[in-house]
Amino acid sequence: MVIEFHLDAGSGVAPYLQVIQQVRQALRLGLLDVGDQLPTVKDVVARLAINPNTVLKAYRELEYEGLAAARPGVGTFVTRTLSDGSLAAHGPLRRDLQRWIARARRAGLDEESIEALYRDTVRAATREEVI
Amino acid sequence: MTAVLESSGLGKRYRRRWALADCTLTIPAGHVVGLVGPNGAGKTTLLHLATGLLAPTAGTIEVLGGEPASSAAQLAKVGFVAQDTPTYAGLSVADHLRLGAHLNPGWDHGLARRRIERLGLDPGQRAGKLSGGQRAQLALTLAIAKRPELLLLDEPIASLDPLARRDFLGILMETTAEQEVSVVMSSHLVADLERICDYLIVLVDSRVRLAGQVDELLATHHRLTGPRRDPGTLPAGWQVVEESHTDRQSTLLIRAGTPVHDPGWAVDPVGLEDLVLGYMSQAASGAPARRPEMEAQR
Repeated sequence: MVIEFHLDAGSGVAPYLQVIQQVRQALRLGLLDVGDQLPTVKDVVARLAINPNTVLKAYRELEYEGLAAARPGVGTFVTRTLSDGSLAAHGPLRRDLQRWIARARRAGLDEESIEALYRDTVRAATREEVI
Repeated sequence: MTAVLESSGLGKRYRRRWALADCTLTIPAGHVVGLVGPNGAGKTTLLHLATGLLAPTAGTIEVLGGEPASSAAQLAKVGFVAQDTPTYAGLSVADHLRLGAHLNPGWDHGLARRRIERLGLDPGQRAGKLSGGQRAQLALTLAIAKRPELLLLDEPIASLDPLARRDFLGILMETTAEQEVSVVMSSHLVADLERICDYLIVLVDSRVRLAGQVDELLATHHRLTGPRRDPGTLPAGWQVVEESHTDRQSTLLIRAGTPVHDPGWAVDPVGLEDLVLGYMSQAASGAPARRPEMEAQR
């Protein structure tokens, strides 16, 4: 088996999304490559004690995104990786964010306030996109 | 898809007390159903009615299209693990498998033996000497090896330690991935149910409070926080499950078919545990929960 999934029950993130995120993460980091087989549904549910539909839903979503493809009776395989373009953008974005955090600290915000403000802004921006 | 369990006006009375009342349910096939509720809510009664161990006082119940326990074929379709996963203390693990083979026409001996091997159980060991987790696994193995279409489990993991619980649920989920079997499982442990269930039934005070697919329930329930509001001014489409108010703030758990766009509310998703607790507390304090000081200040 190439990768193993884990679940954070307290994260508030739906289990199928956690599976998707972990596959994406593995693709970004190059742990998974084109042609690799994702863990079988049976293996995942036996290990994590989760509903098979949770895994099926995650794999269907990955197929929809063009990252994986199912071969009936065999399993689900990676068809595309993510270890490319966006990685290069991380550096500059991180530096911007560090500058912003320094400004927030100077303005008197503690860590909790900074995180709350960040989360709230991301959520509001996401909601605007949806509407 | 056909229903694995269909009941209409189903009730069971013991002397003067209704253990289950006016229960109308349709559970579609292919789900792992969590049956939750406080002690004495009627969970065990509902499961016993579904197996045919109890006969209804009122209404009707059909399981996989037939009357519970009405024929040998009906019995073969339903697997049942009773509360505290009972086994015969004096019989060995191998005896249990032999018993299972004699009593069940569809017995899958290979499957039973493989499971016992994988669990690392000694076939010669008496069931009375097994740990709680091993006993639960033995009881589950017996229920699975009869190859049922519906598996009914009454609080199977309540007395197990967290590791044994995870192992038990892992095997249960592997079974649902391999075989076409629907599961109805009662439990107090909502955190565990959250991982395995895609359908939920909340029973409180002998009645069904909530039933539906988990995805749908989570998508239509929201936690709202905002400046204090008079509950009378809320939109008509909202069903308030739980509410609490301070001088300045109102916190609501609502069920609404459409998304909440009112910018006056901070909207958060609701987890399964909060959802269940919301419906339980609603029943405990008279629906819906309302603080007395609210009335005084109006």
